[in-house]
Amino acid sequence: MIDRDRVLQVARLARLRLDESSGEVEQMARELSGILDHVDAIGGLDLEGVEPTSHVVDLVNVLRVDRVGPSLRREAALAPAPDPAEGSFRVPSPQA
Amino acid sequence: MADFEAVIGLEIHVQLATKTKMFCSCELSFGAEPNIHTCPVCLGHPGTLPVSNEQAIRFGIETALALGCEIAPRSIFHRKNYFYPDLSKGYQISQYDIPLGSSGRLGEVRIHRAHLEEDAAKLSHLGESGRIDGSDASLVDFNRGGTPLIEIVTEPDIRDAAIAREWLQLLRSTLRQLGVSDCNMEEGSLRCDANISIRRRGEPELGVKTELKNMNSFRFIERGIEAEIARQIELVEAGGRVDQATMHFDPASGSLTVLRSKEFAHDYRYFPEPDLVPLAPSLELIAEIRAALPELPETRIERYIGELGIPGDAARVLGFDAAAAEFFEAALALGGASPSALSGWVTGELAAALREAGHAGVGDSALSSSGLAALAGLVEAKTINRRTGREILVRLVSQGGDPVAIVEAEGLGSVSDADALSEIVDRALAAQPKAADQVAAGNQKAVGPIVGFVMRETKGRADGPEVTRLIRAKLGLD
Repeated sequence: MIDRDRVLQVARLARLRLDESSGEVEQMARELSGILDHVDAIGGLDLEGVEPTSHVVDLVNVLRVDRVGPSLRREAALAPAPDPAEGSFRVPSPQA
Repeated sequence: MADFEAVIGLEIHVQLATKTKMFCSCELSFGAEPNIHTCPVCLGHPGTLPVSNEQAIRFGIETALALGCEIAPRSIFHRKNYFYPDLSKGYQISQYDIPLGSSGRLGEVRIHRAHLEEDAAKLSHLGESGRIDGSDASLVDFNRGGTPLIEIVTEPDIRDAAIAREWLQLLRSTLRQLGVSDCNMEEGSLRCDANISIRRRGEPELGVKTELKNMNSFRFIERGIEAEIARQIELVEAGGRVDQATMHFDPASGSLTVLRSKEFAHDYRYFPEPDLVPLAPSLELIAEIRAALPELPETRIERYIGELGIPGDAARVLGFDAAAAEFFEAALALGGASPSALSGWVTGELAAALREAGHAGVGDSALSSSGLAALAGLVEAKTINRRTGREILVRLVSQGGDPVAIVEAEGLGSVSDADALSEIVDRALAAQPKAADQVAAGNQKAVGPIVGFVMRETKGRADGPEVTRLIRAKLGLD
């Protein structure tokens, strides 16, 4: 079972706000532990000689020719932005 | 005083000179209006899929091979997860446990790895100071986001700041020769971080390292590393210890400041990028790229010194400057002048004449390789003296032409008639009796006025060493 602090740390890294009073943290701890237990169960198998699988499709070298294609108009690119300014995405300073 | 040595490793990010971004077909640009080269892929919109740029992969393999790396038969991309406004997706696509290239070497420095990744967007910080601290808003320009990068990581084989700079210059000239990047540090297409630690000489363990970030010129890299080494030594000698930190060097003040670290910066939770299939370059492709590699600066320098007998300094200048080397070799192939003499002209008088004329390279000037070969030959054969040669060279740089014809048309040939020169030297000695006495008494420097007299009489066309020889002979010195 992973502990509460670990859950809160992972949530911080993922920018997820958990409601600590509603039992969300404990629920996440249970669910995440279940996933880790499953991985542990796989880890217990005899996988001698089996290559790690990073991808489920048997394809390599899917590449694109280096040819310029159309880009978005700037207004379209900025349309979903909450605070565009000077042709750019204005954001709170990450260092402020 | 304790005897310390520095241990330095470099991490270099190089933007690859493709036409389009790493994972989408938006055009690469520098200095364009903000956010005009973006699309749903490089803006990180949900549901979009990246596709790798074939040319970027090829440039990556070329670079890794040129650095002597082994190419991974199969490498994959990972997601490096962190939140920062310059990163649209919340992760950077990079390579992690299996880089494209590993275990290489350039010059005296081993290469740990070379891997492909995508660049972040450009952040401009608003606020009075223009500095990152204290500004309350930032502007994000995604034109740069998704530019293909190769990150080159060295082993900690460098021991001082000057060597770090020289090695970086070798790396830059190698990458430029390959044509994989323009390596313009001011525009950020080559960026260098340095990991620096110190230890007492003979100590096998590495000390705690600090990271010096984003230095944007060779001079600043050298000064920044020097300053950080000095800071660490001072700290340890005063009984303190070095803490792991990221530092910023301010070239204006020469001071170092600790950058505030990104929260949990080192917990990137890498995992394989499920949207990109593995790279598995075929042996044929690798062999084809290897066969097409141009002669690289390191090899050229060795060949010039070893096979052509060119002095080391000139060989290095030519090694680092492909255009100058090509011009030199074209002139050499025409015969008529020795490799040493020609290399001296190209790296000495010609370089100076080009600088003076404001030319970036010999290609901008009117000088032809045959012109330089003929000129160097005339001087080597003592048909004209070196001073006249320099004057003709300046004319060839601005107007071009055939030096042999110029010498004939203007009667610039050396006064080589031994009797005539002997007679002029006699007159010079008679005209400068005091100087003649001093030279006779062993004062070498006093020869100046006598040589000056001969040069005036011959309009500068006498062969200097020959004049000196005659003076000494006539004074009974040899």
